[in-house]
Amino acid sequence: MKITVNEVEYVAKLARLKLSDQEKVLFTQQLDNILQYMDKLNELDTKDIPPTSHVLPLENVMREDEVRPSYSPEELLANAPDREDTFFAVPKVIE
Amino acid sequence: MKTEGKKLYQLSLHEASSRLQDREISSVELVSSVLDRIEEVDHLIHGFITVDAEGALDQARQADRRLADSGANSPLLGIPMAIKDNICTRGVKTTCASKILGNFIPPYEATVIRRLREQGAVIIGKTNLDEFAMGASTETSHFGCTRNPWDLSRVAGGSSGGSAASVAADAAISSLGSDTGGSIRQPASFCGVVGLKPTYGRVSRFGLVAYASSLDQIGPITKDVTDCALMLEAISGYDPLDSTSVNKPAPVAHKSLINDVRGIKIGLPVEYFQTGVDREVEERVRQAISLLQELGAEVEEVSLPHTEYAVATYYILATAEASSNLARYDGVKYGFREKNFSHLVELYENTRQGGFGSEVKRRIMLGTYALSAGYYDAYYLKAQKVRTLIKRDFEEAFQKVDCLATPTSPIPAFGIGEKIDDPLQMYLLDIYTISANLAGVPAISLPCGFSSQGMPIGLQILAGHFQEDKILQVAYTFEQNTDYHKQRPKITNVPT
Repeated sequence: MKITVNEVEYVAKLARLKLSDQEKVLFTQQLDNILQYMDKLNELDTKDIPPTSHVLPLENVMREDEVRPSYSPEELLANAPDREDTFFAVPKVIE
Repeated sequence: MKTEGKKLYQLSLHEASSRLQDREISSVELVSSVLDRIEEVDHLIHGFITVDAEGALDQARQADRRLADSGANSPLLGIPMAIKDNICTRGVKTTCASKILGNFIPPYEATVIRRLREQGAVIIGKTNLDEFAMGASTETSHFGCTRNPWDLSRVAGGSSGGSAASVAADAAISSLGSDTGGSIRQPASFCGVVGLKPTYGRVSRFGLVAYASSLDQIGPITKDVTDCALMLEAISGYDPLDSTSVNKPAPVAHKSLINDVRGIKIGLPVEYFQTGVDREVEERVRQAISLLQELGAEVEEVSLPHTEYAVATYYILATAEASSNLARYDGVKYGFREKNFSHLVELYENTRQGGFGSEVKRRIMLGTYALSAGYYDAYYLKAQKVRTLIKRDFEEAFQKVDCLATPTSPIPAFGIGEKIDDPLQMYLLDIYTISANLAGVPAISLPCGFSSQGMPIGLQILAGHFQEDKILQVAYTFEQNTDYHKQRPKITNVPT
């Protein structure tokens, strides 16, 4: 086995997903299957190969630091599931 | 151009555009015809998540005023288009086919939409997709599956299944999709239409809801190659809002649409014609290549030796990027929020559990695993290194040839429900399309025939970075010497 139910539970916690017991079992089996397939990459010796994170040559992109129009609080809060005044509302974080 | 016998909704973009410019028809007439067509067929196809009939007619009236005032200065003026529902449209719901964004109304416009609107295009609606573009069949949509217009019991492909199916069904004159691992090309091939994934960086991603940022590109799905070139020209170009967009002049459509392939070198990657490809798909693609050869192209075999590692590489990198990109859906600033929670972390966990579908959760899990402590080097870093090898394969091939020709998909459209329960088998179907995303090169799919069961088959043509003009030239030449692009599905149960 490449991955166990315990590991699936741990990864779900990292990913902030409250999986059902059924999903934990299903994902363990499916991820195990997929990860075994991924082992194929170990056939390749990549010791001296540099990693690619971006396909084109990329430089830092700079712009002038100038005042530009921005969105109004109303526009940005329009999709909020819960709000108070001009704030996003969340459950109490600090006791 | 002979377009008199056609109903307005059946016109291609360039046909409709010339009739608009000649003032034979108005945009309101054209848009109304397409809206009627949507009414007639979309309950069977389910290509759309949102149809904005009122907004479309408003835009059509504006387009007609622009036509009257100053004539058509863009071929897109007054043309009704459908947009994949992961591309933000200001004031029009953009759901990503997910419950978690089910009611999201973007306060801003994606750059491609701004460009289309500036040129007077009419946005008629938002099309169905696999949830967050994660899938190859549009079956993972929260809003139900899109059906293939050629056979309603089969999938339209994915993830841009709604965009491809609506163009094939004449329910949109053209559309936009997005392509992370084949999501424009594969549904275009399944539905018998043209789909192009541009070079990474050619088209701004600003306003495209991110799946895997180093792979995602927006591109056109159209009725023919001419329309594809016109759409590409319209949406290309540098955008200060996307720092990965590239400052290169947009490819000019009429310069690419050359009916001549004499002297063009086309490579056949041997790895794409080995095991796993359907016999009829291989036959049609080989026939297409023979035709190009008869027309003067030089054809030779080449090798992309790391092809067999592309699926594993892609599904590590794409899911890793996805797990990070989708961390933003927390039920706080926008989107769905689960009602039951007792503290903040539980709010996140319950919202994400209830808001995401199964395939999205599976990919978040896979990506989180590949990035987690102890596994990063073995999976993520390893895959980034193999990506370099795959990219080098293309660089070496393009030293020898101008273009590559391959099947788009190893099989034609499959039955709804046939493959959805086996994620790995579904992933393996991406074998011919994902390498282009890993290498960042452009690729088109265009119709090259039908299976014995009447399902469309797609020919894929790839070229080096920013060589869309070569791809379009080869595709245009093939199209001008065949008539597959003129065939349209007879949608069963619809009176004609």
